[in-house]
Amino acid sequence: MAILTMREALNQAMAEEMARDPNVFILGEEVGAYQGAYKVTQGLLQKFGEWRVRDTPIAEEAIAGIAVGAAFTGLRPIAEMMTFNFSILALDMIVNHAAKYRYMSGGQVRCPMVMRGPSGAAAQVAAQHSQAFESWFAHVPGLVVVMPSSPRDAKGLLKSAIRDDNPVIFMENEVLYNQKGEVPDEEYHIPLGLSEVKREGSDCTIVAWSRSVLFATEAAKLLAAEGIEVEIVDPRTLRPLDDEPIFDSVRKTNRCVVVEEGWRVAGFGAEIADRVQRECFDSLDAPVVRVTAADVPMPYSRVLEKAYLPQPDKVAAAVKQVLYR
Amino acid sequence: MNREEAFELYRQMALIRRFEERCAQLYVEGKIGGFLHLYIGQEAVAVGAIGLLRPDDYFITSYRDHGYALARGTDPRPLMAELCGKLGGISRGKGGSMHFYDVPRGNFGGDGIVGGHLPIAAGMGYGIRLRGTDQVVLCFFGDGAINEGAFHEALNVSALWGLPVVYIIENNRYGMGTSLDRASSVKDLYQRGSAYGITRRDVNGMDLVEVRNVVGEAIDRARQDKRPTLLEIETYRYRGHSMSDPGKYRTKDEVEQMMKHDPIFQFGKRLIEQERFTQADLDALDKEILLQVDEAVQFSEQSPWPGVATLYEDVYVRSPYINMKAAERDPAWQATMREDRVPEEFPAPAKVGS
Repeated sequence: MAILTMREALNQAMAEEMARDPNVFILGEEVGAYQGAYKVTQGLLQKFGEWRVRDTPIAEEAIAGIAVGAAFTGLRPIAEMMTFNFSILALDMIVNHAAKYRYMSGGQVRCPMVMRGPSGAAAQVAAQHSQAFESWFAHVPGLVVVMPSSPRDAKGLLKSAIRDDNPVIFMENEVLYNQKGEVPDEEYHIPLGLSEVKREGSDCTIVAWSRSVLFATEAAKLLAAEGIEVEIVDPRTLRPLDDEPIFDSVRKTNRCVVVEEGWRVAGFGAEIADRVQRECFDSLDAPVVRVTAADVPMPYSRVLEKAYLPQPDKVAAAVKQVLYR
Repeated sequence: MNREEAFELYRQMALIRRFEERCAQLYVEGKIGGFLHLYIGQEAVAVGAIGLLRPDDYFITSYRDHGYALARGTDPRPLMAELCGKLGGISRGKGGSMHFYDVPRGNFGGDGIVGGHLPIAAGMGYGIRLRGTDQVVLCFFGDGAINEGAFHEALNVSALWGLPVVYIIENNRYGMGTSLDRASSVKDLYQRGSAYGITRRDVNGMDLVEVRNVVGEAIDRARQDKRPTLLEIETYRYRGHSMSDPGKYRTKDEVEQMMKHDPIFQFGKRLIEQERFTQADLDALDKEILLQVDEAVQFSEQSPWPGVATLYEDVYVRSPYINMKAAERDPAWQATMREDRVPEEFPAPAKVGS
């Protein structure tokens, strides 16, 4: 197995799928000549030419709309959002068009596209550039929402997302781009809608995805030092949600903490907490506790940014809370 | 245009008119619900433009969409059934008036978001360029759409990359109840194309022949030169924005003046003056069309209501890349299928009157 960064793993996934299927193409801001704002599309323009790696003007609605229209004609576009913060400008294309045409047409249309790019907070880029919108997209029937936390998952899930015939919102994370991990050398893909236990433990279940898996993993180390063993379940795909492994884990540990980078009110963690209380009511020894971002816009100052985000110590405190310790 | 072609175009316009007059009745009777936006007065635009397409070309339209489907030859029966929310509807009763799709005929539907389908038209054009075929896309929208950001984003990239799309503004002078004078800084809407270096034209949309001539040139430009065009086709809707609109923002006199230029009447008059057809021919055709509309209504009435189980169908496509065991805990995933549906295969009621 090779050790790759998530950036390299994503790049490999796209390069391999583009070589495999001439219907796959990429468009977005700075994806070509600039080699990608975050270098995820590095080298692809040279390999595949400008019609398959298309630099666009700064026009998110056009980027998404072109992906939708091209997908309707049978192509498999990958629309890169420089960051998902800007996807709000394209929300009408995703929510009203990509997600709904199949339904409104009585099943005549399919929209096999991927919208991908970094989501969540980077470092000190303040309120308009640090948002976690997975809950918004996961709310919409017709969309698939994927959030990988490791290089291996990123590559395997992106390959599935590209080959899948539904519109997939594939949310990466800037902080994770440089994270390294083992990636199989051979051809593989990971099905969408498949949770994975990232760490086994018997005392408390932590459900976390994307960068929150890092917070949870750090918390697990702090807690292990105190003799508390947590189990981390990463759903990897929020819609469709593979919730059974979460329930299995909670039935074993009898406790559950959900960690997310988004805001608390109506956040996706509330959906998980709802399902857990309904399916595991008799197993729970404590209420489900959520660790989220503070319910305010992201501040700039390093000190405030730290206070805003979920942190390993906050996750550890939540685990102790459900353990009544 | 030969004699048969001319007759066929006249027939299509008359069918749209009679079909929609009947829609208005059914709406009043409560058989059609929701929003009903009638195209009456604008028929020459859809018929003139769509008649020029090849079978493999695409088009996408605004929500005032009945005319385009009929002009493309979609059977009026599933269209009427769609309006009444029946399972035999062109979109299985899930779209209604604003969402007529007929993908095998290249009709990617009526879009309910003003201007929302313009970037999608550009994407269909991009797909054509990437594949290297010589298809074209027609994109129809109202004068209200030109003030949306989507209009500008779509036009810019279409010109920038050479996308084979003909953008057609159907200027009926009102975006719902707001007149153009109160909505657009530029009164000649086709001038908006100059910002993007797009070839543009102003067209009299009450004249079928003029529509055909100008759209034909634009289609050639798209097909051969891979260049987009922006056309402003000046037309008029006789009815309100939707059935709930009493139209108090314009005078009765204005409507009557415009009705004097009625596209169907004018074209019929021309056919008679050229001695290609007699008034009796056109009257006989009208009777046939009224029967056809009756049949569509009958079909619709006999078409079954959609079963509640269909509520969950057509959200997703069944996929080998999804962990279906988990996904199927959601009924929308349970109801998925691998294929797309074809309108002809939608359930039809037993044949009427035979």
